Amino acid sequence: MEHTHTGAAHEEHAHDSSTKSIWKTFWILLAITVFEVGLAFLYLEYDFMARWALNGIFVTLTIVKAFFIVAEFMHLRHEIRNLIMTILMPLLLFVWFIIAFLADGDSWKNMRKNLSPGTPAPTEHATKAPAHH
Amino acid sequence: MDTAVTAKKKWWSGGHSPFNVSYGKLMMWYFLMSDAFTFGALLISYGTIRFMSTSWPDPNEVFHAFPGMGHADLPLVFVSLMTFILIMSSVTMVLAVHAGHMRDRKAVAKWMVWTIIGGIAFLSCQAWEWTHLYHSGAWWGRNPFTNVDGTIASTNFTNFFFTITGFHGLHVTSGVVLNIIILANVLKGTYEERGHYEMVEKVGLYWHFVDLVWVFVFTCFYLL
Repeated sequence: MEHTHTGAAHEEHAHDSSTKSIWKTFWILLAITVFEVGLAFLYLEYDFMARWALNGIFVTLTIVKAFFIVAEFMHLRHEIRNLIMTILMPLLLFVWFIIAFLADGDSWKNMRKNLSPGTPAPTEHATKAPAHH
Repeated sequence: MDTAVTAKKKWWSGGHSPFNVSYGKLMMWYFLMSDAFTFGALLISYGTIRFMSTSWPDPNEVFHAFPGMGHADLPLVFVSLMTFILIMSSVTMVLAVHAGHMRDRKAVAKWMVWTIIGGIAFLSCQAWEWTHLYHSGAWWGRNPFTNVDGTIASTNFTNFFFTITGFHGLHVTSGVVLNIIILANVLKGTYEERGHYEMVEKVGLYWHFVDLVWVFVFTCFYLL
């Protein structure tokens, strides 16, 4: 089963002979990673911002990196809309998965902290715990 | 209605792929999508357990070693190196695909070799990190690290770490094996005979996906 005609039609517009965009993507990915690591180090040294804000930056930059890998390295940005949609639409389920499961985890924690007897002590007593042992 | 759907008609009227890619490439995309859900499920369950825990070990306390540096406190340095290696091997893979479009057999072989070296380097780093952690007393079911607030940590941390990085490492391993098979075919001239290097593109997609997963693993385990 040969697919030469789709392959050839595809090649005409998508592949110029330069590797410029490949290296550009590489530098973007490297710069983002260096920035993330630098920020993590600065936070370790100076503790200059709220942890949730820092985590927000990390998650956002991760998604930016994911975009560049999928769009450029995996070439998805240059495919036709039908393919892009068939791959990306199902991934929208993740939005719901993440919200639902993390919220569930959080509520579980609150129940353990506030309601259930005999479970790990709330954080304000936690420092006493190691003394017992 | 007819005028509105002309573009659609063109793609869905039959006779060619409505996705403008070959069957094999489309199936690779579908497989990667399903694999994304597998990794997503693992990482989300990790997140759920972390959200339900009152405290959790600090990754900077756990991952702070570097080969040959003894007890120096170097958080993030080693894992940054691993990330760099994997991004770099993704680049060499795109260059191999690019050379394939140019029908340059020698260049394809050269970049495939570099990609394989990158993959093996990453796996070696991971083997070192696992060995180091194992000797610090960490393994499935064993967690020597305390929580940030000083309380005894459960084994959730190590269980998730070894399961998820292990599952990712397994993907890297099979990626390296696939790359070696493709390299052998390139050297044999299989794709030259076939007239195109699409197989390089297909394993390339898989290889970039492995890099993509690592980006998330890196954030979830080392940064957050």
